[in-house]
Amino acid sequence: MSILEVKDLRKRFGNNEVLKGIDLTLEKGEVLAVIGSSGGGKTTFLRCLNFLEKADSGEIVVNGNTVYRAVSGKEPEILPSAQLSFGLVFQQFNLFPQYSVKENLMLAPRLRAKRKDSAVPYKEALELIGKRADELLATVGLTEKADAYPCQLSGGQQQRVAIARALMLSPDILCFDEPTSALDPELTGEVLRVIRSLKNSERTMIIVTHEMEFARNVADKVIFISEGMIEEQGTPEEVFGSPKSEKTRAFLRSDS
Amino acid sequence: MALFLEVCSQLAGGFVTAFLLFLLTLIFSLPLGLLMSFCTMSKFAPLRVLFKIIVWVLRGTPLMLQIFAIFYLPGLLKWFVWPTMNTGWVWFDTTFTTRFIAALVAFVINYAAYFSEIFRGGIQSISQGQYEAGQVLGLTRREVFFKIVLLQVIKRIIPPMSNEIITLIKDTSLANTIGVLELIWEAKDFMVLDGLIWPLFIAGAFYLIFVGVLTIAFNKIEKKLDYFKA
Repeated sequence: MSILEVKDLRKRFGNNEVLKGIDLTLEKGEVLAVIGSSGGGKTTFLRCLNFLEKADSGEIVVNGNTVYRAVSGKEPEILPSAQLSFGLVFQQFNLFPQYSVKENLMLAPRLRAKRKDSAVPYKEALELIGKRADELLATVGLTEKADAYPCQLSGGQQQRVAIARALMLSPDILCFDEPTSALDPELTGEVLRVIRSLKNSERTMIIVTHEMEFARNVADKVIFISEGMIEEQGTPEEVFGSPKSEKTRAFLRSDS
Repeated sequence: MALFLEVCSQLAGGFVTAFLLFLLTLIFSLPLGLLMSFCTMSKFAPLRVLFKIIVWVLRGTPLMLQIFAIFYLPGLLKWFVWPTMNTGWVWFDTTFTTRFIAALVAFVINYAAYFSEIFRGGIQSISQGQYEAGQVLGLTRREVFFKIVLLQVIKRIIPPMSNEIITLIKDTSLANTIGVLELIWEAKDFMVLDGLIWPLFIAGAFYLIFVGVLTIAFNKIEKKLDYFKA
């Protein structure tokens, strides 16, 4: 069973049809790179996956469960658990400025543990959450910054915190929205290295990116979105090496 | 010297009343203002328009007029509706407590309107990304607002808030128009009964000292929230 199936996802803003039917299947442990020129719909696609935008029609199926189903003109059905199937790392990091690095990681799991329907006693949960935060900070190489505040960190460090924060709730699919676009060129390397290090057979990732070299090296699968549709998809070798579509060729030429 | 002490002690009594009015107004108008700011930002148009109009009226008419309205209007309305049941023009009876309550109600409503606009400015200045980050982490809108957004809002609105709160302590003097025995009333008492002008200046000193204390307190809060940038 595929970990993610997207069926005919459509979205329009007023008269502007941004997504014209996206279909996609992703297997567990796969890394998908989404490329395309700005305004083509790739960020909207990612935002629809994370329910920051509600797709007008289409289905999102995670592990065989339909978590989102929308029919044009009707209120979409969203499974309560849908949100946590996905994690998202933003272009602008969006760390919570008043919380320390470790508190940024712990905030959401902590608040969830506090809720009445939580199975584990709060104290026990808190201990586990703290442990997990320490582990993830080590993963992104920021153990010594646990007590620092976001304003004391470089952009690259902030983005690594954001990645750790997104991993705290163990999403099935971790999404990245142009994770290095807001960074100074000399800081992109550390973030890309961390993302690459996350790759393993258990972790499924979708990365919207302008870093073609990175997409080529890390992704198992690449899709090129243009004018709201998947213009081309395949392995990195296929898409970058021998693109079939004229649009893809033009895009890749202009980029290099 | 004995006179000076007598003036000071009587003014101190007036100050306590003014301070009480100040404190109670803050306690009630801050949450009410927050609630009003949500209403003026509501997606439900009738509610939004209604509260925009309420804020417009409350900010667009003199506070003194509003104090009169709260104090006299209920009695007047009653007189129009049931003239036979009329017990006088003043619905709030004339004891000190009820006068104080009438003034308090006027202050709370008026200041809530001003605070609501300050809250609205602060809330709308927080980037959408903070809400989105909270949402993708599975937090409810309530959790996002109270655990993530609110402190950032507070940090941003402290300068305009301190301005408004400093104005409030001086505005309490308006309560003397309906006979609340606050600071200015007590000072005027000496002028009317004893022909003394200088107690008014002592009253001024009371306000000045209190505003000094407030200023220091706000600086402290600002410093305390200096540890993060928002």
